[in-house]
Amino acid sequence: MRLGLDIGSTTIKCVVLDENNKLLYSTYERHYSRITEKIGEMLARVRGKIKGVENALVALSGSAGMGVAEQCGLSFVQEVYATRVAANTFIPGTDVIIELGGEDAKILFLSGGMEVRMNGTCAGGTGAFIDQMATLLNVPLEEMNDLAKGYEKTYTIASRCGVFAKTDIQPLLNQGARKADIAQSIFRAVVNQTVAGLAQGREIEGKVVYLGGPLTFMGELRKAFDEELKTTGICPENSLYYVAFGAALCADSTIDFDEIINKVSNYTGSGNFAFNPPLFKNEAEYESFKERHSRATVNEVDIHDYNGKCYIGMDAGSTTVKAVVMGENGELLYSKYLPNSGNPVPIIKNFLEELYEVKPDIDIKSSAVTGYGEDIIKNAFCVDYGIVETVAHFTAARSFMPDVEFVIDIGGQDIKCFKVHNGAIDNIFLNEACSSGCGSFLQTFANALGYSIQDFATLGIYGKHPVDLGSRCTVFMNSSVKQAQKDGATIEDISGGLSLSVVKNALYKVIRASGPEELGKKVVVQGGTFLNDAVLRAFEQEMGVDVVRPTISGLMGAYGAALYAKSRAKNSDEKSTIITKDRLKDFVHKIKVVNCGMCSNNCRLTVNTFADGRKFIGGNRCERPITKKNPDESMNIYEYKLKKLASYKPVEGSRGTIGIPMGLNMYELLPFWHRFFTELKFKVVRSPFSSRKLYQKGQQTIPSDTVCFPAKLMHGHMKALIDMGVDKIFYPCMSYNLNENLGDNHYNCPVVAYYPEVIYNNMRDIRNVTFIKDYVGIHRPKDFPKKMHTALIKYFPDITLKEVKNAAKNAYEEYNRYFEDIRRHGNEIITKAELENKEIIVLSGRPYHVDPEINHGISKMIASFGVAVVSEDCVSDRVEKFKVGVLNQWTYHSRLYAAARYVSTRKDMELVQLVSFGCGVDAITTDEVRDILEQSGKIYTQVKIDEITNLGAVKIRIRSLLAAIGR
Amino acid sequence: MAELVYDKDGRLIYTKEMNDEGYKILVPMMMPVHFGILMDAFRHEGYNVELLDTDGPDIAQTGLKYVHNDTCYPALLVIGQLINALESGKYDLNKTALMITQTGGGCRASNYIHLLRKGLKKAGLEQIPVISLNLSGLEKNPGFKISLRLIRRVIAGLVYGDVLMTLRNQTKPYEVNKGESEKLVLKWQTGLAKDFNEGKSYRFKEMEGILDKMCSEFAQIERTNEKKIRVGVVGEIYVKYARLGNNDLEQFLFDQGCEICLPGVMGFAAFKIDNRIEDIKLYGGSTAKRKVCEFLLNYVSKTEDLMIAATSKYGFQPPSKYAHTKSLIDGVIGFGSKMGEGWLLTAEMLELAETGFENIVCTQPFGCLPNHINGKGMVRKIKEINPKANIVAIDYDPGAPRVNQENRIKLMLAVAREELENRYKDKSAPANSKQTVAK
Repeated sequence: MRLGLDIGSTTIKCVVLDENNKLLYSTYERHYSRITEKIGEMLARVRGKIKGVENALVALSGSAGMGVAEQCGLSFVQEVYATRVAANTFIPGTDVIIELGGEDAKILFLSGGMEVRMNGTCAGGTGAFIDQMATLLNVPLEEMNDLAKGYEKTYTIASRCGVFAKTDIQPLLNQGARKADIAQSIFRAVVNQTVAGLAQGREIEGKVVYLGGPLTFMGELRKAFDEELKTTGICPENSLYYVAFGAALCADSTIDFDEIINKVSNYTGSGNFAFNPPLFKNEAEYESFKERHSRATVNEVDIHDYNGKCYIGMDAGSTTVKAVVMGENGELLYSKYLPNSGNPVPIIKNFLEELYEVKPDIDIKSSAVTGYGEDIIKNAFCVDYGIVETVAHFTAARSFMPDVEFVIDIGGQDIKCFKVHNGAIDNIFLNEACSSGCGSFLQTFANALGYSIQDFATLGIYGKHPVDLGSRCTVFMNSSVKQAQKDGATIEDISGGLSLSVVKNALYKVIRASGPEELGKKVVVQGGTFLNDAVLRAFEQEMGVDVVRPTISGLMGAYGAALYAKSRAKNSDEKSTIITKDRLKDFVHKIKVVNCGMCSNNCRLTVNTFADGRKFIGGNRCERPITKKNPDESMNIYEYKLKKLASYKPVEGSRGTIGIPMGLNMYELLPFWHRFFTELKFKVVRSPFSSRKLYQKGQQTIPSDTVCFPAKLMHGHMKALIDMGVDKIFYPCMSYNLNENLGDNHYNCPVVAYYPEVIYNNMRDIRNVTFIKDYVGIHRPKDFPKKMHTALIKYFPDITLKEVKNAAKNAYEEYNRYFEDIRRHGNEIITKAELENKEIIVLSGRPYHVDPEINHGISKMIASFGVAVVSEDCVSDRVEKFKVGVLNQWTYHSRLYAAARYVSTRKDMELVQLVSFGCGVDAITTDEVRDILEQSGKIYTQVKIDEITNLGAVKIRIRSLLAAIGR
Repeated sequence: MAELVYDKDGRLIYTKEMNDEGYKILVPMMMPVHFGILMDAFRHEGYNVELLDTDGPDIAQTGLKYVHNDTCYPALLVIGQLINALESGKYDLNKTALMITQTGGGCRASNYIHLLRKGLKKAGLEQIPVISLNLSGLEKNPGFKISLRLIRRVIAGLVYGDVLMTLRNQTKPYEVNKGESEKLVLKWQTGLAKDFNEGKSYRFKEMEGILDKMCSEFAQIERTNEKKIRVGVVGEIYVKYARLGNNDLEQFLFDQGCEICLPGVMGFAAFKIDNRIEDIKLYGGSTAKRKVCEFLLNYVSKTEDLMIAATSKYGFQPPSKYAHTKSLIDGVIGFGSKMGEGWLLTAEMLELAETGFENIVCTQPFGCLPNHINGKGMVRKIKEINPKANIVAIDYDPGAPRVNQENRIKLMLAVAREELENRYKDKSAPANSKQTVAK
């Protein structure tokens, strides 16, 4: 008899096999992180049920099993390996296994060169991810599958990781997208992530087997895989237990129940984990802390006792919806704090109904709404004003502390901080995707362990050794918990540790502060997450300052909105436009999903229709679907660049066709190479501008899941060129870029420089064409023709040096002409903006950020606020070379510093930096650009973009910036 | 405290006066054996250096506090270790300087020194001068000069370090009397440090004799002839070598019963010199510069011959010759791919697979740019060339939990173990294949 245990990240499975490998017993349970306890229980049960199990051989597997195995002296079988052993035994002839677990995704290729793969650290979370998404949609996990069945359309949701996906889903929910569509889209995202991250160029074909919890329980997920892989995979009987089977099959030592049960119940771990000092030394310290924080209150008055004008403020946040009714003197009359449940509309409807019930004769003078759901709520209920969150939170904070110097708000999804100087917002810090969801993570995590958030937080207060769980993102934190448990951390320590992680994330990743002096002495903290005393304490401890947390911390956004509504209310007798009691009775809300199709972005729009026929469209990037008119593109250099590049058309040539992939550095070298090869009598064709479809064509061949999205797109461009029938592709390696004399050197980043090598070694199709990836040095114009000639005659022996020299001369000229044209046009935009007294945003990034699939239409969105948009290269030539605080050695990045320097000199210019996720170089440039801007009192705004980008968050940034500079 | 002097760009320089006052120069740890010997080469030149052997989670925490969190892990650790030391109260902050290497390539690593200065500023430690250790003439300091003599000593120190590491890795897993190898390493390290302090043992002739004696002593360690899983470790230079960076990967693999091979640092030195020659070949450039580099490369090549001669004489697997390693990537990846570890990383994996270390851990900091190309980007090609190659890429990061890393390495080891059993055991009875199917 053989016994196998599989201790996964969320569940424990146990099987017993007989001599002939027949299954005698199997059991499956969630362990809620109480692993050792559950093992003990489970073993005791098996022992009672199965005769003869006393002499069974035993082994242990699973991602959370390593520590236990060490402690109990049991053999440990790595889980992917275990799966393979089990598959070879029970389902021979399998070619590929796809197994999804709680946190890891695995693909095993069994035939034709065995390979086993697991997702990289940054792509963690599959089962747990679906769990979280179910929470977000507010449906029980079991219903996700049925929900997905009823889908009509799907949305593209980031599949990089759970954190990114969540940022995409949130705004969809707030636009009113159907839950069924979202559920189905989540499954597709899981499929994409698994395939893109793990196939790495290998075809998934033949007999495909699906294993693990999510694939066992969710037929729709299997179907989604089937469709993507164009196959029909099988999910064998007992598909949950393959890891446990494998462990059983590898079992080599006889079980000793008493000893194991004894050992697991005494399991303490090494105790060797990094921890922080306890949050509170003793009960007394906690009491005085509580007392101190109970002082920052607002005057609360029962709404029944109040007769006067009322102001309504609402905050439709990512995870919660908040609403307050405020009196003439700022008194809080009535409030609601409710979970978002995936759709804010019915919640606000209920709130208003209740309000009209409680106070039928209410005199509503004005109303305002803020938060992710601002637009839809404003439209649905005819709210007077919509304001950006930063303004709402700042307004509220100032009412508590008029001379506040720093405000930090940690909500469910976002972290917003601002520095205040002379009563105005002086600097804004907003989290980017990686640090988002910290607040709601605490909640989800607590729930997953079977605690309410309040109980869980209280545990943290008393932790003796709050664990250090890192602060990169919630996916990493989740895995760190596993490690901490292995090392013997208690639930108290984990709770305290998580609170600290959230705080450290805010301080060191979002604000980038290293000491209290950077924040100032007068700090107000707010947001639902700060209601958690452990988080509040962690913040005070880490920064060494006492801060003010209003007792209505969670309501601050709504309270700020109410204050704003009051400040805007006219003195006359005019009433609020907000929906009246009578009209509320007939309130209807219908949702339709359509594709816009009016430009290449092809936004998926959610059209909300209300009772009186009013419409609200969500999901759009520009005003076109609403106004049906072309947006004014004359003030947007990004659009101009794209058109300019599109104007380089193929010219017939005697040497045949040569293809150029339209990505990375080609976004500004196309003019150079187009001219170069046209002169050499090649017909130069380029791959089309990127699209989602194009990306997916190549995603199976991407070897590194953490490389930046612009690089990943190159795989699709290659595929597109091959599909176009091109037989020669030119994509050279370039260590150096042209020297623009702005910095200490003129490198390309390693990815731009050498990505052709990755393409060559990972895309099989490329070997059927002539792929020219030689190292070329256009930075040395004198040496270039000769060196290039040597490279080219390998492929085209008849090309002469004279021809190359001539082509090179023309190419350099064309390149210069192109840049002159861009700068001339940039100058026109700037001049026009000056005349019209418009703000100018220097949207800075890399040449390839012009790609609409990379910038997701951000330039259009910014332009829609009535500001002019130019790029960094339009102004980078306007300053003299200067010394920066870092080694200024990349051409593209030198332009950023120069642009920042120039923007600093102008009152009417602001800089917004686009940063691709995974761009290592930008870890350096962002800090430096910020320094340059802040030295002259400018606000630094960063927009992190990836495969998919939630424009809602970008909008908040831009609006906050415009609000702060007084527009 | 010496007067603080700044250059025209506002950089605080390390003055002669500082050195004369006996400023303590703190050096971050990377390779304990190599650096341990090297420190005395610097001391002999009149620099009061101290190698930091601090450890623990505080270092990463300090790094996170003072460095942009998306910067590579080695920067966080190196800067964290230095600032952590300064904040420890152990040093007179008016008489302490820091030293850090600077390569000047197109990778982020060239910026560590600037990030360190930014960190110092944030920590209010702006009075601490930072010395750049580089051969590219990047930042000059009157109080610290790299003489040709020092370069020769540094090269000798690295050679000794490489050989000691190679020998230890080949004896330690098999030793009959546990601990003998480490003891011998320590003995040699101490002895060589003493020699260096006295300005001895760096000449070619001396090296030849010393290496021979070193190898002969290691050859005397009594060893079993067990068959062990052989694992090669490659990667970004810091996380490849530094315990702090890779969660003590060497010890972990050793505990898992593996024999480890870490390609030496001399190959990296040769690579960095060779890059300059390749650059000139590819894009054009000065012939004089090329000649200087060729001379240096030739010098390094001679030291390689010494290492190979000594180790092979006593039956050890010698380190590979740089020229051979380089030849392995012909047609795989271009010699122009030079940022970070560049093509050398790919070449080392091919070389390891060729010499019986098909099982490879490719280490890199999370988000390491050159490794997207030369590491993860080449795994597929390496497997095509050598189907037995069993490679796992591991990312290191302050937030990346050790348990996940170890789990992935264990997967690689499980496959390796099976391969080993298939190779050496009775072929009719490999583990687990005897089970009959009962379903």
